[in-house]
Amino acid sequence: MFQIVQEPIRLDPLYDHLADPRAGAVLVFTGTVRNHHEGEDVSGLTYEAYAEMAEKEMARIAADMQQRWPLHRIAMVHRVGALAIGEIAVAVGVSASHRAEAFEACRYGIDALKAQVPIWKKEAYVAGAQDRWLENPESCRS
Amino acid sequence: MTVRLRLFASIKEETGRDQLTLELPDDARASDVKAAVAAMFPGTARLLPTARIAIDQAFVSADHPVPPGAEVALIPPVSGG
Repeated sequence: MFQIVQEPIRLDPLYDHLADPRAGAVLVFTGTVRNHHEGEDVSGLTYEAYAEMAEKEMARIAADMQQRWPLHRIAMVHRVGALAIGEIAVAVGVSASHRAEAFEACRYGIDALKAQVPIWKKEAYVAGAQDRWLENPESCRS
Repeated sequence: MTVRLRLFASIKEETGRDQLTLELPDDARASDVKAAVAAMFPGTARLLPTARIAIDQAFVSADHPVPPGAEVALIPPVSGG
């Protein structure tokens, strides 16, 4: 399951996708919109994606994860559009036989997503500062 | 040859366009795409050096050949998550 979605991310279908009779560990990381960034009060975020490529890039990261860890299922979903404080922007989930590989793989998955999947966020601030496009510190650059 | 270029985020906003049709030499490399955009939209000069290039929805290096009819995209530093 590798998806860019417009609507709120629902976790039940994600857990359904990750279910596997061999799994002893099912782990889902969710990234949520926080109300502050570098000392500024944030009022909301707008996400944009190159959706067709983003979904392919998620699948490439997942293939890499499968090579590194014995995983059963992987899911990555990112939302686009205007999001309010507290809403889920991204979910990365894995299922594995044991928790150690689930934790490692899930961490790797969200880190890789933030470095290379073509998705961008524009932050809006409470106190009049100009909206701006952010760049993840870990983003790959030319 | 003609290629379709897709623009996103800061570069889309700077140019006011989400898509361009570029006419490039037949032996064009990915880096030639940046030069073509810089010539058309000088305001993008500060944004292009860090942007990566994707061809047909996969990242490529600067010297990668651009195939005719390709879908090319400029990918500014990402900020998903």
